Amino acid sequence: MNLKDISTSVPKKDHKGKVSGQLPYISDVKVENMVYGVLYRSPIAYGKIISIQLPNLPDGYEAVGAEHIPGPNYVKIIKEDQPIFANEWVNYIGEPILMLTGKDLDILYSLLNEVKVEFEEHQAIYTLDEAIKQKSVSLVLASYEFGESLENISAIEQGAHQIIEEEYDTGYQEHVYLEPQGMLAVYKDDEIVVQGSMQCLYYIKNALLSALACGDDEVRVVQSPTGGGFGGKEDYPSMMACHVAVAARAVKKSVMLVFDRSEDMLVTTKRHPAKLKYRTALDKEGNILSMYVDIFLDGGANVGLSSVVLQRALLNSAGVYKIPHFHAKGYVLKTNTVPNGAFRGFGAPQSFAGIESHIGHLSKLAKIDPLAYKRKYLVKQGDPTITKGKFRDPILVEEMIEDVLNVSEYKKKKEDFQRLNQQNQRYKKGIGTSLFLHGCGFTGSGERDHIKAKVKLVKSKDDQVSLKISNSDMGQGILTTLCKIVAKELNLPFEDILYPYPDTKEVPDSGPTVASRTTMIVGKLLERAAKKLKNQWQTGVEQEVVEHYVHREMIPWDEKTFTGDAYPAYSWGVNIVEVEVDTLTGNLKLEKVYGNYEVGKVIDERIMKGQIDGGLAQGLAYGYLEKMTSKQGRIQQKSISDYGPPTSLDIVSIESKVFDNPYADGPYGAKGAGELTLIGGAPAVQAAIEDALHTSFQQIPITPEVIIESLWMKEGEEG
Amino acid sequence: MIKFTLNGRTVETDAPATARLLDLLRDEFELIGTKEGCGEGECGACSVFVNNLLQNSCLIPIGSIAGADIQTIEGIIETEQFKILDESYSIAGGVQCGYCIPGMIMASAALLSENPHPSEAEIREGISGNLCRCTGYNMIVEAINLAAKKGDGL
Repeated sequence: MNLKDISTSVPKKDHKGKVSGQLPYISDVKVENMVYGVLYRSPIAYGKIISIQLPNLPDGYEAVGAEHIPGPNYVKIIKEDQPIFANEWVNYIGEPILMLTGKDLDILYSLLNEVKVEFEEHQAIYTLDEAIKQKSVSLVLASYEFGESLENISAIEQGAHQIIEEEYDTGYQEHVYLEPQGMLAVYKDDEIVVQGSMQCLYYIKNALLSALACGDDEVRVVQSPTGGGFGGKEDYPSMMACHVAVAARAVKKSVMLVFDRSEDMLVTTKRHPAKLKYRTALDKEGNILSMYVDIFLDGGANVGLSSVVLQRALLNSAGVYKIPHFHAKGYVLKTNTVPNGAFRGFGAPQSFAGIESHIGHLSKLAKIDPLAYKRKYLVKQGDPTITKGKFRDPILVEEMIEDVLNVSEYKKKKEDFQRLNQQNQRYKKGIGTSLFLHGCGFTGSGERDHIKAKVKLVKSKDDQVSLKISNSDMGQGILTTLCKIVAKELNLPFEDILYPYPDTKEVPDSGPTVASRTTMIVGKLLERAAKKLKNQWQTGVEQEVVEHYVHREMIPWDEKTFTGDAYPAYSWGVNIVEVEVDTLTGNLKLEKVYGNYEVGKVIDERIMKGQIDGGLAQGLAYGYLEKMTSKQGRIQQKSISDYGPPTSLDIVSIESKVFDNPYADGPYGAKGAGELTLIGGAPAVQAAIEDALHTSFQQIPITPEVIIESLWMKEGEEG
Repeated sequence: MIKFTLNGRTVETDAPATARLLDLLRDEFELIGTKEGCGEGECGACSVFVNNLLQNSCLIPIGSIAGADIQTIEGIIETEQFKILDESYSIAGGVQCGYCIPGMIMASAALLSENPHPSEAEIREGISGNLCRCTGYNMIVEAINLAAKKGDGL
């Protein structure tokens, strides 16, 4: 492949199959001797199962439950707290208790209505606020604390001119990947093959080895084309895989489990609702002297990945700023609601929404333009991180800000909007900014201690090279970008590099497809493997090379003290958003959106543009459009129209630019990009609304109802 | 027995009149290009043409299509219009996870057949019944704009 610049776009590997609709997703697959599975789910939020009564099952219909699990009854993720089939206690509405299997879905659903389970109901905890009020240690699923000593912080506070306290709330966010979750276990006498929509093949394989208590060669996991993930297919598919595999073993048939949209929305993981508290000491001029941050995440009923999500939330709690004296503490609290899990950004979107909001409000007190105030505190190369790590690489944020200010005509618009808003009583325009970063790859020593990624390249006799890795293309384009890296390194035509959908029988564990790690970590390993293969190249001969992850030691990460380098590298972004608010209805119209990003080196410009536009659309909508709530433990939005993700009419064209800043340990200099693009959306929307209405918000999403309420409050205050 | 035209061929089915057209297409005729994203007419992944009009096949009971002319993505793959859309989506980068795409292509084709040179606002309106969670729509809008220029009336 003779690309002068790796960033030059090439046609995507999977374009033909997708555009024609002929690439089979899991729900398009039918195998011989296949039955469907449907799940009986807990109708109560918290209680004990007293008895289970099954209806008479017709021939070919069977029930599968906890008693059929050969291994321990939990989905192996991090902690052993999530049952595959609940058989003693249920902890949330929708928790699976048993599965019915059979040929006909209509019959299965009517049988499901006849299952009778008797419960002893207990008092549940439904909301994060209730859980916080309880102050009970038994509700703490995870917690961390770090930073400067509290004695120092309170000494500074005592000498301060003013102490500002703010509380900030963020809501659920639902992934709404267009393809609902689906998993199939193909039954064979000596092997169960689980295939479906997924991000993490070896997470699933390890969960299956535990649940089935079987040997390594008795289970196999194969990724199907995956219709969007965004984190929603990181942890949840492990549970579905256990369901279908246990059922297949029990009924000796292949078992398919596919959710419809409402089941998917009601029971799968979501972005953690959060409460963030800020206490900041200021001097007379409004300069920050110290900051104390408390973060509470609603974990839902099981810890799942929540402890890791909390880590990232805390690591981002000071945003892109160097705060003189900083202390932070965070908790994941248990509630009797659907377990929350991974979602693009993984704790960072909550933290950035909170800190950008808080710093914006501090700038108003200091009577300085928000962006000017933020720039005073911007971290620079060589600065320590809040965990006593170091920002090692050049930081281009100043340059990126200058550029986007010019492109957007920020200063002129600020003035124009003020004038326009004075003339127009009903429609108010505003402009807002956000500054953000994303730590690339796993937090701390995750890559070195837990993942230990391994990649393989296999060359055939006809000199085609196949990528043998366990990473999933879920739409983000790695089938194309990773092949490009290998093709360029080997100087082979792009078409001669193959990347079949991964199968654990064929591929080593190169780690999960999460944490903006795939391009940077796996891509780098592939680049090294390709170099190695090139050195040994023998035309017409079968060859194989393997590469293992090598950790570059920096300041070692210590999870207990929460100190050291949390990430090997950071990607950066700046957003500017312009809105128009209808003060009569509270409706918001996006008018212009700008984004400047730095992700090391882009592997494919067109794919990067897709990540920017798609991530930003999700991030913007998180700030004002997408609202999910739960009432008495029950999710209230069970359809796409109830929830309201953006349509083509909500989004406007996005003017974006990517800055080169090659990173030594990434392939061709690339760092992570996928999550970064979401993070700046919500805070920039909030800042723009605040600019339009001259008011402050302490929550997202800022829906029309929230806007109207705040306008009433303001009217009341102004008399 | 219900008889109708499917991708240019006359077909018949014994399925009950209340069955969804979406299920009939996928299960009986094995046309997997028509996808189910929501089952309630919100996402457009199951878009087909019924007598040349864009419809969500999840909302159509097959009792209502006796004698109708149904076209799915498989039925338009050979057309010149599809080829131009295919190429334009590739150039503009409109495809990510791909699950919404067959429906999006159907919506694009419907729009261009009715309005060969749509404005950006008309394109956004034309695909507003089709959800995409990956792209943020802009590269799809660009793809349709490109196809309109290339197709010039196709």
